[in-house]
Amino acid sequence: MQGPSGSAALLDCPNGVLRMAEQRQAAERPLSPHLQIYRVTITMAMSILHRIVGVALYAGTALVAWWLIAAATGPDAYAFFQSVAGHWFGQLVLIGYTWALLHHLFGGIRYLVWDEIVATSPKAADTITWIAVISALAGTVLVWAIVFSMRGVI
Amino acid sequence: MVQFTLPKNSKITEGDTFKAAPGTKNVKRFRVYRWSPDDTANPRIDTYEVDLDKCGPMVLDALIKIKNETDQTLTFRRSCREGICGSCAMNIDGQNTLACTKGIDEVKGDVKIYPLPHMPVIKDLVPDLTNFYAQHAFIEPWLQTKSPTPEKEWRQSHEDREKLDGLYECILCACCSTSCPSYWWNGDRYLGPAALLQAYRWLIDSRDEATGERLDDLEDPFRLYRCHTIMNCAKTCPKGLNPAKAIAEIKKMMVERQA
Repeated sequence: MQGPSGSAALLDCPNGVLRMAEQRQAAERPLSPHLQIYRVTITMAMSILHRIVGVALYAGTALVAWWLIAAATGPDAYAFFQSVAGHWFGQLVLIGYTWALLHHLFGGIRYLVWDEIVATSPKAADTITWIAVISALAGTVLVWAIVFSMRGVI
Repeated sequence: MVQFTLPKNSKITEGDTFKAAPGTKNVKRFRVYRWSPDDTANPRIDTYEVDLDKCGPMVLDALIKIKNETDQTLTFRRSCREGICGSCAMNIDGQNTLACTKGIDEVKGDVKIYPLPHMPVIKDLVPDLTNFYAQHAFIEPWLQTKSPTPEKEWRQSHEDREKLDGLYECILCACCSTSCPSYWWNGDRYLGPAALLQAYRWLIDSRDEATGERLDDLEDPFRLYRCHTIMNCAKTCPKGLNPAKAIAEIKKMMVERQA
């Protein structure tokens, strides 16, 4: 029941119309525009972002692994990690990682909610999507507000 | 396969402009996708200026007016003009809908009209729906039973009949399937929201006795599970149905039968 069998099965159309269609397609029919013209919806944008953020999390996880390895290796390795993470750019990456993690988390919870057939109407779907987007941003601000206040920066 | 840009032969160029008669006050511009198999030119956008004072209220009225009075070569499907046949499904103002139930006044600025997205174009606004219909045939949209056929009819309680509300109204216009990015990238293997809504319509029909086989046919990483709850289908359905919800229900049935 893997993928390729799917397309073969679809072609097993009982009325035999498909064969005709294959012949006609030889006339180089254009493909109608799609992404170029479709009005972007929040749920559509969030679906794309969810994937991008998911990929970013791989890089973030590598950072966590680096941190653990550095801690296990010794003071010098850990000091180097700290100098990188403490740099303004390192901080920016960490803030981005925090947001990516929270964004993927809240987006993921939203999928679980939908799996329970809750908030599936177009309006409710938009609402819980906005809630996920805003929660991730607010969560990021909160986490780093705590970090900076613990350091006495703010 | 995921392809974000259009193939070379599908890139759109700027076409002709058909101006309204001088002195016309209430003009609306319709920017319409054109492609003809009779020459080798790429698709183009033609612009038609329509006098709204002499035009019906719906986008389909404008298209018919253009075809009657301005450009007889403009090609589109239409039939019932009241949202029940599903023929005039197209992309208007960035969303798929029926031209006959979409009011011209709902669109701000120029009215941009394209065929249903990511489909092979037969001519102008007419897409090839062969694959879409084959997917509908694939889910075997008819009553399947094993018990002996009753003398008169297969009976159903009022409660069980109500479960089909929000499903049986589907007119197979293809607005939902062609609004779905997942269907755009995997339309050859993913059944798409319309066919899956129909599948669910038979899965929960109390009279149908092929539920197990129906679920078996959908248990596939592509056919069912390419739905990523992007929700475009539910937002675009001109009949106000919710294919995304029907798909979620099927996924739930899959889990429940494993338990």
